[in-house]
This record gives sequence, C-alpha cells and structure tokens, in this order.
Amino acid sequence: MSSKTVSAASPAGFVSSRRWLVWSGIIALCAWVLVPIYLVALGALGGRQGVYQWPKTGLPTGISIEPFLLFLRTEGVVQSFLNSLGAAGITVALSIILGAPAGYALARYNFHGKDSYRLLVLLTRAFPLAILALPLTVSFIRLGLYDTITGVGLIHTVLALPFAALVTQGIFLGVPKELEEAAWVFGCTRIQAFFKIVAPLALPGIVATAVFAFVISWNEVFAASVLTVRNRTLTAYLLTVLSESPMHYRFAGGLLLILPSVVFIFAVRRYLFAIWGISSK
Amino acid sequence: MPGPHAILNYTRRLRGPMTNNRTWIPYLLILPSVAFLALLFVVPLVQTIWLAFSDNGLPSLANMRTMAGDLNFLPSVRNTFLLTIAVVPVQVVIALVMGTLVAKVGAGRETILWIWTIPLGISDLAAGMVWLSILQNTGYLNSLLFSLGLIERQTSWLTYQTPVALFIGIAVAEIWRGTAIVMVIIVAGLNQVPKEFKEAAEIFGAGPWTRFFRITLPLIRPALQSALILRTVLAFEVFAVVYALGGRNFPVLVGEAYTWQNQNQNYGVAGAYAVLIMVISLAATVVYLKAIKVDPERLP
Repeated sequence: MSSKTVSAASPAGFVSSRRWLVWSGIIALCAWVLVPIYLVALGALGGRQGVYQWPKTGLPTGISIEPFLLFLRTEGVVQSFLNSLGAAGITVALSIILGAPAGYALARYNFHGKDSYRLLVLLTRAFPLAILALPLTVSFIRLGLYDTITGVGLIHTVLALPFAALVTQGIFLGVPKELEEAAWVFGCTRIQAFFKIVAPLALPGIVATAVFAFVISWNEVFAASVLTVRNRTLTAYLLTVLSESPMHYRFAGGLLLILPSVVFIFAVRRYLFAIWGISSK
Repeated sequence: MPGPHAILNYTRRLRGPMTNNRTWIPYLLILPSVAFLALLFVVPLVQTIWLAFSDNGLPSLANMRTMAGDLNFLPSVRNTFLLTIAVVPVQVVIALVMGTLVAKVGAGRETILWIWTIPLGISDLAAGMVWLSILQNTGYLNSLLFSLGLIERQTSWLTYQTPVALFIGIAVAEIWRGTAIVMVIIVAGLNQVPKEFKEAAEIFGAGPWTRFFRITLPLIRPALQSALILRTVLAFEVFAVVYALGGRNFPVLVGEAYTWQNQNQNYGVAGAYAVLIMVISLAATVVYLKAIKVDPERLP
C-alpha cells in the first residue's frame, strides 16, 4: 500500500519500492529481536496476576516495579547476583592479565612455537569447554576450590582467555610499531615504552575485550551449575530453582540476567565488529 | 672507551629492536597463559577421557556401555543433531540477510546493528525464559492464536505429548539468541570485501543474485567458516534453553551429562557423555575445515 504511494510520488519508482522492501525487512528483524524482550519484561513486571491474565493483549497494563522488587528480595537472588559479579570480575582480571601479554607477544615477535601456540588457542574453540567442569569437580574439591567463586572464575577464564589473546593480538597490531621503537630510541625502557606509549592507545580495545570476558562469564550456565552448591552464580541459582519457581519469578530472573549484558553490549557496540573481524581470522 | 656491552647494545639498535636476540621475551609473555591452559584445559581434557574410559581406576568400557544402554541416550543424540541441523543453517541465512540489508543503509546503520547484536549478551537460560513467556499456556502465542480464532482454548506446546511443537519452540529460541554472533562475524567479513569487486561485476552486467553468489559469498568464506564452527560447537552444547522451556521433556546430550553428574552422582557416565560431545564437536570442526576451503592467497 505505502509502496504504491511512494512509487507514484517518485520518478524512480523501482528504486523506491526496493528501499521500502529493505526497510520493512530491517524493521521486521528489529522487531524479532526486541519484541520478545519487551514481552518478558511485561511478564517480570506483571506479577502473579499478569501471568494468568487471559487472553493477553501485549499492552503494558497492570505493570509495576513491585513484583520485580519482590523477586529481588527472594532469598538467594541478591547473593547469587553478587556471586555472578565476583566470578565475572575474576574472569575479566585473569583473562586480561594472562591474555594481553600473549596477544602482545603474538603481535610483536616472531618466535619458534608461535604457530603451535596459535593452534592451542584455536583448538580450544573446537571444544565444548564448559564440559571440562565435570572432571574438575574432583580436583576442585581436593584443592578447596569447589563451590567457590574463585573456582567458577577459573573455569570461566578458560573460556575467555583464548578469545582475549586473539583479540588483544589484533589490538596491538593496530598500534604502530614505530611509535614504540621511537620511545626506545629516546631512552625509554621496554616497560616504560609499553605503559607510556602502547597501553594508552590500546586501552579502548582492551576495555572492550574485558567487557566480552565479563559477558562470557555472566552468561555461562553449565560449568557454574556443576561447580557450585551453595555459592551459586545467578545462572546456576536460576537453573536449580527453575522447576519450583512460579512463572513470574522465572520471567523476572530472565530480565535480571538480560539487563547487565545489554548495557555492556551497548557500551562496546563500536568495537563489536572490529573485534570479531580480528578474532574470526 | 665504550665497553663491549655498549657496542653490542648499539648494534642491536641498528639492526632494529624487534629482531634482536632477546628471544626469551615472547616466551616469558606467553608462558602464564600456556601454564594456565595446560592446567585448566589440557589436564581436565585428559581427565575427562580417563573418567569416561575407566572404572575403579582400571581401563574399562563400562561407562560407555551404561551410557549407550540408557533410555535417554538415543533420543538425546537424535534431538541434539536435529536441533543443530535445524538451527545452524537458519541462523546463517538470517545473518546473511541482515548483512545484505544493512549494507544498503546509510544513516541509522549503527543503531540497527546494535539492536541486532543485543542477543549476543543474552544467555541461553535467559533466552529460554524469554520464550517461555511467549509459549506458556497463558502466554502471548496462545493469546494471539485465540484472538485470531485459530484456537478455542489455551493449548500446551511444551509438554511430552507435543514433541514437535516443543522442538520448534526450542529451535526458535535458539535461532533468536544465537543468530547475533553469526551476524557479527559475517558483517565483519562483509566489511572487508572491497567495493571495487562488486562495482566491476555490476559494470559487466552481473545481477544482484549473481553478484551475491559469485563475488560476495566466495569472498566471505573465512568468516563463514569460523561462524559455522563456532555456532555448531555451541549448538552441540545446547542445554539451558532446553531445560528452561521443556524441563526434561526433551533430552539433549549436555542435559544428560548434567543429570548424570548432579543427580545420579555418576561422574564416569557424565564423562562418557562429555567425550561423546567433544568427539562430535571436533568432527564437525574438521568437516567444516575440509568442506569450506579457505585459500589465503585469494583473500582481499
């Protein structure tokens, strides 16, 4: 209908109707992503009455923040939220501390075993890594790491570290070697040159990598559920109480899981494609 | 007079700092990550294989036999494969459509891409809960069908009695969540295709479909390959979304490993499932590496 009006109005009718097709496709795909999130938010804010309302209109009627706050006050929710933050914090710290030097080495040096190292890193991708939590249960019990946030952070670092090494390699490749060498010539030590010249230029990319490491840990379900009993992360907590919790609690849990990562993805949106361009090479 | 060390240092600078003979530096830099991956990737990997193929400390196939004899074994293999086969191609097609559409847009491109990448931050557990709000008995799907007059009362889609509907529901939730990562990799690949290639093809009279299949698709092979490997390995790991939507009504491999570990406390059989999942994932990776040949010489 509107395509007709557009093509009548414009002399290049064919081009316009194609534009219309492109935009309706884009809008449909945006709705496909956004509408389900909107609906689960309605469920989280609608409370018990909202769940049994029939038939639903999909309009934001009868919602309030109360049911969501009630969910937050449920025993274990806040604690598991904090545990998730803790595990993600450990993952971010470890994967950057261990991954960034490796990325720097890959970017700046040619050395024997470079290809084997890259192979090791790429090999981790062909494995369902979270599964490795199964045998770790036994060793973690022995080491006192079982049912601790540190233990979960360690296994999540296995997931995030290969990614961090590959991405930081790309980031350091983007910092001109000549700048660093100039600093050496002017009398900086290697370490000074790195922190004064390279680090500030690489920082935004490294922050984006850190955010990804956070999201990887925040969203991981399997390993966290296997390795914890009482100190559960949010995903592990929600998974274990899933079958006995009422519907609106499940929706509230879903919303609580979604919110932080959406904010983080928004924060790094400008780096998303550069990062994946690098890491998929 | 300068000492021998000063002269050595001077010649080092002349040869360029990156090619000097301080060869230990890169090893020092990668050592922590190698040690970490050895301890928490290689060792558990070997342990998993040993767990699966041993019984009371002796090599044995008992765990494998228990796994293969379990009632849920064949359904979980079938379900995992069917889900992967249904989900991965659809994700690649939607991602290609997204990439093609967004390439035709100037203003607003960043916003559109941000919206499409939102599911990248959503866990499979959360995705399951999102689609539960739509597919549950008093949910939005039933409400829509009811107001269209297609159903007369609330219908269950996620039970043991409705395996096909449950399968479709899980597949839709997985497609909804997992397409973003494929899209990001493919758009990153599309960004690297030089404009001149397409323009040249256009001048020589190639239509949009020819251009897509003969120019674009071959050029984004590396991106396509890594997207396929990543997504397929993740698809074989599917678990939480299934659990959130169907509970144990729809057995999948990782779900079985979880049950044997946490409910049955039988680490051996859980390990057997883990080995099976790894073998399948590795096999899929090898197939993709062979099937989609990436010739580094021909890259733009």
